[in-house]
Amino acid sequence: MQAFLHQLLSGLANGAIYASVALALVMIFKATHHVNFAQGELAMFSTYVAYTLIEAGVSYWIAFVVTLAFSFATGVAIERLIMRRLQHASALTSVIVFIGLLVAVNGLAGSLFGSSIKQFPSPFPSQAWYGTTYLSPHELGMIVVTLVVLAFVFVFFRYTRLGLAMRAAAENPASSRLVGIRVGWMLALGWGLACVLGAVAGMMAAPILFLEPNMMAGVLLYGLAAALLGGIDNPWGAPIGGFIVGVLENLVGAYLVGSHLKLAFALFIIVAVLVFKPSGLFGRTVVVRV
Amino acid sequence: MTALLELRGVDAAYGNTAVLRGVTLEVAEGGLVALLGANGAGKTTTLRAICNSGVRTRGEIRFAGQRIDGQATERIVRLGVGHVPEGRGTFLGLSVEENLRLGGYLRRDRHVASDTAKMFGYFPVLRDRFHQQAGTLSGGEQQMLAIARALMSRPKLLLLDEPSFGLAPILVQEIFRILRVINQEERMAMLVVEQNARLAFELVGQVFLLETGRVVASGPPQQIAADESVRRAYLGQ
Amino acid sequence: MTVVTTAASITPVRRFDQRMLWLAALLALAILGPLLVSDYHVFQATQIVVYAVAVLGLNLLTGFSGQISLGNGAFFALGSYVAVILLSKAGVPYWITPVAAGAVCFGAGYLFGRSAARLEGLYLALATFALATAFPQILKLELFERWTGGNQGVVLSKPVSPIPDLLGNDQWLYYYCLAVAIALYIVAWNLVRGRTGRALVALRDHPVAAATMGVNVVSYKSTAFGVSAMYTGVAGALGALAAGFISPDSFTILVSIQILVGGVVGGITSIFGTLFGAAFIQLVPDLTKKLSEVAGALGMPALASKLSDAAPAVLYGVLLIVFMMVMPGGIAGLVRSARARLTRTRRNHVKT
Repeated sequence: MQAFLHQLLSGLANGAIYASVALALVMIFKATHHVNFAQGELAMFSTYVAYTLIEAGVSYWIAFVVTLAFSFATGVAIERLIMRRLQHASALTSVIVFIGLLVAVNGLAGSLFGSSIKQFPSPFPSQAWYGTTYLSPHELGMIVVTLVVLAFVFVFFRYTRLGLAMRAAAENPASSRLVGIRVGWMLALGWGLACVLGAVAGMMAAPILFLEPNMMAGVLLYGLAAALLGGIDNPWGAPIGGFIVGVLENLVGAYLVGSHLKLAFALFIIVAVLVFKPSGLFGRTVVVRV
Repeated sequence: MTALLELRGVDAAYGNTAVLRGVTLEVAEGGLVALLGANGAGKTTTLRAICNSGVRTRGEIRFAGQRIDGQATERIVRLGVGHVPEGRGTFLGLSVEENLRLGGYLRRDRHVASDTAKMFGYFPVLRDRFHQQAGTLSGGEQQMLAIARALMSRPKLLLLDEPSFGLAPILVQEIFRILRVINQEERMAMLVVEQNARLAFELVGQVFLLETGRVVASGPPQQIAADESVRRAYLGQ
Repeated sequence: MTVVTTAASITPVRRFDQRMLWLAALLALAILGPLLVSDYHVFQATQIVVYAVAVLGLNLLTGFSGQISLGNGAFFALGSYVAVILLSKAGVPYWITPVAAGAVCFGAGYLFGRSAARLEGLYLALATFALATAFPQILKLELFERWTGGNQGVVLSKPVSPIPDLLGNDQWLYYYCLAVAIALYIVAWNLVRGRTGRALVALRDHPVAAATMGVNVVSYKSTAFGVSAMYTGVAGALGALAAGFISPDSFTILVSIQILVGGVVGGITSIFGTLFGAAFIQLVPDLTKKLSEVAGALGMPALASKLSDAAPAVLYGVLLIVFMMVMPGGIAGLVRSARARLTRTRRNHVKT
């Protein structure tokens, strides 16, 4: 029973990471109908930036915030410089550009920061008072930080003028222009926010996964699985999907297939959702009129 | 006196398909103008050309003396143009309240709340459905919401694309009555696209008649109603 | 008396001759070239042939039938392992292994295509992306270690030339791969020009119309996947024979991406373009190595090491982005439009 509870709770902690990545993917998908295949690599790159700052002597939380600002700016820049030209491009063209971004960022990280495995610090000391037998301080911290960030995001979208404008721009760009919203900048903002979410996921995951250029590849896959499970166009479904996938990953890995097949399990979820219920648990089924 | 809205020799095309050829029309400040014509004459395209959404244009379009042809839609809207588009353009996934808030997106003054109350005065059903998702409203209710949303920005010129479409006659009469009231009280100019000529004649002071992308007649409604061109444009006689 | 002929009757014949000429020149180069260069260059040429077949597999799937696959590396790996297992465990002669690899991969590809037939564009890309990412881990499973050799991989004995006086081992292997490749290219050419090709293009551009006209969508899509997987599997088998060693780490997602880069750079809807693409894949890492050497020689060791470390990846990525935005037709598309412009000028000239 103890082991089960441990798997469950630690699964929730992992789920927090997947929830952030999934929400980032859904945000960009809702606004642009593209899946950001490069989200994992961008998060990894941001984590390296944080690492560099911390190594240079900057305190953890200041490095954290500066990294978030950097990620935001990067996201905005990518949207304005590259993605806006893909507005009317075919699915093939956009997918290839995203893959190109993935590869380029991965290569750049390896080139700038080296590919040796690095230790990334956790702001939650391993002997802290809030550690329990089931959940280490860092795991608890992961959950709390993620929930705080998710709360910020939801309050932003629900109650602020800008958040409303972004939701409108994602839902109906033409009508949004008619009320005076600068749709292009809303998309850029969405990208910026998505990259911030990715950076949070990266910095929370790095102490566990160890920082190296391919750190986020598996996380991206799980984030994709979570986003699809929750409904690729549903911002509420994404975090729920994330926590479900996190728990399932641990339980299935512990009791069914062994930890060596965890990625295959993510693949299984992705294919199963796509083939049997593409709209996920909470998404809207889109009927295409021909 | 310069008109509020002026189109001079405007051509418009979707891709390579030309729809408007040399359209010239104007709307005076506080004026009520109808744009009539059969299906496919280019009425909706004219409104889209004014807002520069989805159509390539050539020629001059001026609003309050400023050239707006080629400007981004959101900039044109910021100058004081409101547009109730074909199909209403409601944000279906958002609530009625959010739709109205979006209508007032550009407003930074303190009167937004009182304007919302004014909308309830014109369209009481919006108060009843305030927190409902807009997609669950009936066609007529969505039309009212669309008009209210456009009104929330307090435009100087309101463009309406077939406000009567798909609505019961009683509702249409009500909407047109409200439009007349708003025009008189707020001195808001309106350019109404309508297929239903009779309705338009009752509302407006000036009519432009479009036929295959060209303005073939213009003048006060009585003059147009007695004119052969209307009969030709609509009935092909 | 002057004979007046219209431009239209002159140009087609000329164009036909031109293309045949280029093809003949290329074949001559392919056949005679390796006799004149070192073994290492022969090895490189073999790699180019291998990549060409793999890129052809991708083009048939993505270019002609419009199904986006980011996971062809998985079939490449499957083909490699089929060849290796047959060779090392069952003692099958090396020259049969690509056939077996092709058959197995056709089956696997067909099954995958059948299950994924309902997935369009982005969603198919997602599914194949997941496949490519998860595949290396699947390969490393203890379950398969007996065959895959686990993390250490499997070493192969290289095929031996039956005519050692005329051709060395590397050269023999090259000609073997070339022969297989030529056969596959001829098949692809006929496929694309025929009824199947037309159905695939219809499927790609107007899927709903194609279905209404009686094209069995699922069957064609699955077949396209099967054929593509087959080509990629054969390439994998040939690649394994050439390399002499494979391990699960040889088949990361980078393989799928390299094939994709080759397809995009060459021109994803062009058969001819696969040759450009393959040459590109093979030569770019060399190019970046050269650049890094130059940097080192110029006294910039830090830049040199950064360039050699990760530059190929960055270059691949940047080129993918640039090509899609500027030259979506790839090099083949560029050649096509250049030729069209030349023909027009010539035609105009003749008219006056």
